[in-house]
Amino acid sequence: MMDADPDTDRFEEMPDHLQSGLTQNPLEKIWVPWMSSRLSRRRGSSVPQFTNSPTMIVMVGLPARGKTYISKKLTRYLNWIGVPTKVFNVGQYRREACQSYKNFEFFRPDNEEAMKIRKACALSALKDVSIYFSQDHGQVAVFDATNTTCERREVILFFAKENGYKVFFVESICDDPEIIAENIKQVKLSSPDYLNCDKEEAVADFLKRIECYKVTYIPLDDDKDRNLSYIKIFNVGSRYLVNRVQDHIQSRIVYYLMNIHVTPRTIYLCRHGESELNLVGRIGGDSGLSPRGNKFAAALGKYIRSQCIPDLRIWTSHMKRTIQTAEAVGVTYEQWKALNEIDAGVCEEMTYEEIQENFPEEFALRDQDKYRYRYPKGESYEDLVQRLEPVIMELERQENVLVVCHQAVMRCLLAYFLDKSAGELPYLKCPLHTVLKLTPVAYGCKVESVFLNVEAVNTHRDRPVCDEPQCSQTPPLRHSRAQPMASPAPTKAPCLEDLGLTELSLENVSVDRDAEDALVTVPDHI
Amino acid sequence: MSAADGSMDPCGPTPSRELTQNPLKKIWMPCKNGLPEKHISQRRVCMTNCPTLIVTVGLPARGKTYISKKLTRYLNWIGVPTKEFNVGQYRRECVKIYKSFEFFRPDNEEGLKIRKECASAALNDVRQYLTEEGGQVAVFDATNTTRERRETINRFAEQNGFKVFFVESVCEDPDVIAENIVQVKLGSPDYTHCNTEQAVEDFMKRIKCYENSYQPLDEVLDRDLSFIKIIDVGRRYLVNRVQDHIQSRIVYYLMNIHITPRSIYLCRHGESDLNVKGRIGGDSGLTFRGKEFAHYLGQFIHAQGISDLKVWTSQMKRTIQTAEALGVPYEQWKALNEIDAGVCEELMYEEIQQRYPLEFALRDQDKYRYRYPKGESYEDLVQRLEPVIMELERQENVLVICHQAVMRCLLAYFLDKSAEELPYLKCPLHTVLKLTPVAYGCKVESIYLNVDAVNTHRERPENVNVHRSAADALQTVPAHL
Repeated sequence: MMDADPDTDRFEEMPDHLQSGLTQNPLEKIWVPWMSSRLSRRRGSSVPQFTNSPTMIVMVGLPARGKTYISKKLTRYLNWIGVPTKVFNVGQYRREACQSYKNFEFFRPDNEEAMKIRKACALSALKDVSIYFSQDHGQVAVFDATNTTCERREVILFFAKENGYKVFFVESICDDPEIIAENIKQVKLSSPDYLNCDKEEAVADFLKRIECYKVTYIPLDDDKDRNLSYIKIFNVGSRYLVNRVQDHIQSRIVYYLMNIHVTPRTIYLCRHGESELNLVGRIGGDSGLSPRGNKFAAALGKYIRSQCIPDLRIWTSHMKRTIQTAEAVGVTYEQWKALNEIDAGVCEEMTYEEIQENFPEEFALRDQDKYRYRYPKGESYEDLVQRLEPVIMELERQENVLVVCHQAVMRCLLAYFLDKSAGELPYLKCPLHTVLKLTPVAYGCKVESVFLNVEAVNTHRDRPVCDEPQCSQTPPLRHSRAQPMASPAPTKAPCLEDLGLTELSLENVSVDRDAEDALVTVPDHI
Repeated sequence: MSAADGSMDPCGPTPSRELTQNPLKKIWMPCKNGLPEKHISQRRVCMTNCPTLIVTVGLPARGKTYISKKLTRYLNWIGVPTKEFNVGQYRRECVKIYKSFEFFRPDNEEGLKIRKECASAALNDVRQYLTEEGGQVAVFDATNTTRERRETINRFAEQNGFKVFFVESVCEDPDVIAENIVQVKLGSPDYTHCNTEQAVEDFMKRIKCYENSYQPLDEVLDRDLSFIKIIDVGRRYLVNRVQDHIQSRIVYYLMNIHITPRSIYLCRHGESDLNVKGRIGGDSGLTFRGKEFAHYLGQFIHAQGISDLKVWTSQMKRTIQTAEALGVPYEQWKALNEIDAGVCEELMYEEIQQRYPLEFALRDQDKYRYRYPKGESYEDLVQRLEPVIMELERQENVLVICHQAVMRCLLAYFLDKSAEELPYLKCPLHTVLKLTPVAYGCKVESIYLNVDAVNTHRERPENVNVHRSAADALQTVPAHL
């Protein structure tokens, strides 16, 4: 796809790359320079480099201060926005090294043999961190351990410096006995360490374990550690001390940590009631509710009232069908443009059959990589995630919220709460007339699915089945085309993977497939 | 009907109200007999339930006014009506001529009286702004260095139902303070009649007057207050009790800004094929002149000798083609894409007038809020661009190659232009705007790279009535092929 330009003669002194023009990657619709030779390098990065070097987030704090809670939540958030992140929990390494846990005596500061084991575990975890960064394309590693001594933190800093990793400490300080007791109850009693204990024994032992650490605990110091990058979280977020934020990703991490809370609450996710376009199997558009959709809206109102939720916020998109649905609940609601359904561009208001007829190649590409696929003049799921990030941030700040949205949007939000990968996200089941009730519990989220007993069409289209094992594999990397940050180093010439294309020879997702194969999973409609 | 406080009618469901789509913003709202009904649904995130009073704290020359003005500019740009109230200004109006630092001596009873009155007058204006003039945030810019003064402000806020958020700037670096004095104090009305040395000496003595009675916000004593303490121009922050969304956004913003000198270059893509045809939107490539511009842009950038320049483009062909000519790495941002003209994409203004005369008129009536059918408004653009602005604040030297509407939004942020002015800012093709922060604002240099291009700027016509003639509507359309 060369740019025809009869006038380039006048600029023979112009370099090659200008004369050769651009080509648009068929999957994500990203413009890349047309390579006349594989040797020339691509300058434009559409893969954001959030940071130039890998980052280690190092937790600091006594046991039961929420380090693992923060580690897991932060990891979930970073992965969702497209930053490959992994948690390395040293406690897990310890459990693997010492098959069975006896009691707190293991953690006594004078227990030399245990000290040796614990240090070995930490080093083993660090080694895995470097493998994650160098071989597995990780960008952030969360090193989840107490790291309560200067000596241990020195070891980590030295390791990071040697390898060219940035370090950001997250320290959690809490002296509220109620919070600590609640933590122990929520996550320690069910730990593998205490499988065979009764509750009282477990609590008593754990408290003694904490005492073992207190003896040698040296918190990050305002003066001595003034050159380190860190955030100190006091009493679950009532106060923060932030020191030397180095780059964009650290700034985003700080913002996220300052917005999350642990107050119990419930998030309700649902789609608008069945719409007129849903009934006829058309995607997108801005139609109103069908009669059954209206019935659902009424049922939703009844359900919400029966839940007796204090101070419930209701959010909708700017599209008629979600607003009509919220109207039936009879409570103030807020409209967010960011919650609008994915923009299907040239395919707006088409049926799948029409898309197959008019854009068979596009239809196939979408099945090959539904997460990254961008509709011509439209959006991709990847774009949606970027668009929804402020919604997630505000959901974290809020307490009880009902979000009335759309299929693709709901899939993205659900993937965030349930830690679903980019491969799974576009195929999550979010049927009409079903409310998902999410309640944070321990390190994750409890989901209750409530069908409000009003029939509706099925709008879920599965990936057309294929016997080849490769076809269910999406590229393991999940790069979000989100805000690019630091300037990227010029990358190698793009290969198929870079362009987001996988094997083209798979039958039912091949661009050469039959219309019948393409439409095999289209749900019924009028 | 449901109560405004969100409590629900236990008697049963309210019948769904009919919806109508507001023709300007394309927002769906409940209506009765085809007319929009007054209702409580909000169109965007509710930033805060009650007005917020931001109170600066700190010795003179610690950047309080710099922060106040910058924060005010940011909040207004994202759509939160904000105004700053600088007590020093009230003092200057009260005491016509500034003699010397003696006015600020802690034992100068008359001085103290006047200063206290000025603070009260300012608070009065704050109250009026927040309760009667539709303001949402007021920035109370003064030293506020004593606990007693801050208590007064807290009581005032409580009486009026305002939330309070303190922003304290603590800095002991003599170089930073000296630079502040040079940048903003020497040019102050207080020192117009002094030479540099006199002014600096007097100002240093002025600072001394405050030092003895300065009670910084304290982690323990002030643990129930909401505040951010900025230490050494952002090396460290202490954040206490953030109450709501707007405070959280303010903290995030304050933690991302810096004062390292740098330049931001804004320009549009080179002239495109659709530009010369007088068509809006689309995703066309550069014309021959557009490519020429790209070439000269490359030369210009190299000549500027900028260390570590980041180059950003949108994901549209024309900005990327332009960046390619520079021969340096660049990053593509979808957020920098041109405003989506929806059904009007790739049309000429003449065609829009022909097919959608009502839309065309509505756009001229309120260009900032007008949303194209199935498209976007400038208001939407600003929301989309907020992460770009946040990252621009974090970065140092950046060249942003973007589009007309996008560039107008970014420029409005840097030059503090209102929503009314924004959509009519002049951003011609083939012209680079170099923005350099200076004192409390931004210096702009406009550099035309001497390659001709069509004019794409359409002024607001005189007649914006929906029944106007086509000739009236098309009066200001620029020439094209």
